[in-house]
Amino acid sequence: MTEKHLSSQFDSDLNEVSTKVMEMGGLIESQIRAAMASLSSYSIELADQVIKNEPGVDDFEINIDHLLISVIARRQPAARDLRLLLAISKITANLERVGDEAKKIAKRAKSLIESGKAREMPIGDLRLATELATKLIHQALDALARLDIESALTILKDDDEIDREFKGFTRMLITYMMEDPRTISGSLDLLFVAKAIERIGDHAKNIAECIIYIVKGEDVRHSSLETIESIIK
Amino acid sequence: MTNTQTQRPTPNAKLIIRNLNFYYGKFRALHGINLEIPDKGVTAFIGPSGCGKSTLLRTMNRMFELYPDQRAEGEILLDQENLLTSKQDVALIRARIGMVFQMPTPFPMSIFDNIAFGVKLFENLSRIEMEERVEWALKKAALWEEVKDKLTQSGASLSGGQQQRLCIARVIAIKPELLLLDEPCSALDPISTARIEELIAELKKDYTVVIVTHNMQQAARVSDYTAYMYLGNLVEFGATEQIFFKPAKRETEDYITGRFG
Repeated sequence: MTEKHLSSQFDSDLNEVSTKVMEMGGLIESQIRAAMASLSSYSIELADQVIKNEPGVDDFEINIDHLLISVIARRQPAARDLRLLLAISKITANLERVGDEAKKIAKRAKSLIESGKAREMPIGDLRLATELATKLIHQALDALARLDIESALTILKDDDEIDREFKGFTRMLITYMMEDPRTISGSLDLLFVAKAIERIGDHAKNIAECIIYIVKGEDVRHSSLETIESIIK
Repeated sequence: MTNTQTQRPTPNAKLIIRNLNFYYGKFRALHGINLEIPDKGVTAFIGPSGCGKSTLLRTMNRMFELYPDQRAEGEILLDQENLLTSKQDVALIRARIGMVFQMPTPFPMSIFDNIAFGVKLFENLSRIEMEERVEWALKKAALWEEVKDKLTQSGASLSGGQQQRLCIARVIAIKPELLLLDEPCSALDPISTARIEELIAELKKDYTVVIVTHNMQQAARVSDYTAYMYLGNLVEFGATEQIFFKPAKRETEDYITGRFG
């Protein structure tokens, strides 16, 4: 992630943390993909698999936190190293929440499929938001691995698009429900799915903010895009 | 690495250093240092061995003059007066700017006399006033409770940490304006170190403290301002929190995070 310390043990500690975060990120990405696939392919099996794998995500978060505490206690990191470790703790917390959202999607998918209503619902209209959210998480992990703040900035911009998609989709579901009240329970399930996708985008955005924090040392949470752009330049 | 501009984190400076060069014979150990030591606070100097931090400290009270072939050029201003060219008695300057060294250096006399000795050089106190002064200094140095019943015992009978606090009490007793600490904890165990650090936090309410330390965590713990030096240059000077969390210069960052070498 960065060039070498005098202490090679410190480097190997940091490498271990980074490797674990990337492994966690890999699991998260496959959880999101599987959750969405369970919905689009009406597969209860896939949904069950996502639900079954979720505790693995939690274990990653706990293990990484444990590693971080150990490095902080033994090395008293400063400056960039300290910012990196603090940010990773927040990043894993966000990834864990993404894992929770994937599980929520799987549960709703299961409920839709079991009720037999899945094929009547506008699942396909979620595709764009889903692809965006999956892409953003992937991009966030990639930007973290390379500490790429330009890439982090595009994530912040793209998250707005997911939010717009979510609003549009919500309006459409309302129309569905008004036209035919029998679609209400299915629509509510889908609304929760859409909300989960929107939240995944938010977590990607949080991770992007953490990356800017590591590199620039500026806390850009709740800042406008213009402010963040001026910090990065 | 330019030192042309004075690095200044705060407006109220106790000591102003301008274009300071220092030579050990022909070897130039300090290169045009410009620095303002803030009043009533702790300033720490950090940097690798040989970077000039102790040298800089030793110029502040002209301690270097004790050795031949060492000389300083430039200005060190205390209340607008350049200490380097001052006609003042050097002993008086050293009374205004006290110094504590790496190894505790108690005089071979009683605890009481260790402190009274320096005071007698500058002030004519009655016996009672002197007793009050000794008690005051020992209390300031957080040593009183441990030694109040054995003031007549030799200073050398104390533990290393107590001896170091005795040395600090000895300096404080003369009521200096500035306190220079040259690695005051490097010969002490963690508990004595913690006591000295507590003491530094207490002293900065009344004094301006400058500390040289090899222990970066100590600089982070005790200081309000930190100066990073390398090869006789002042690389960066700023608020300690900024230096340890978001240093402005790459060289500082590499040193702080242990990437130096």
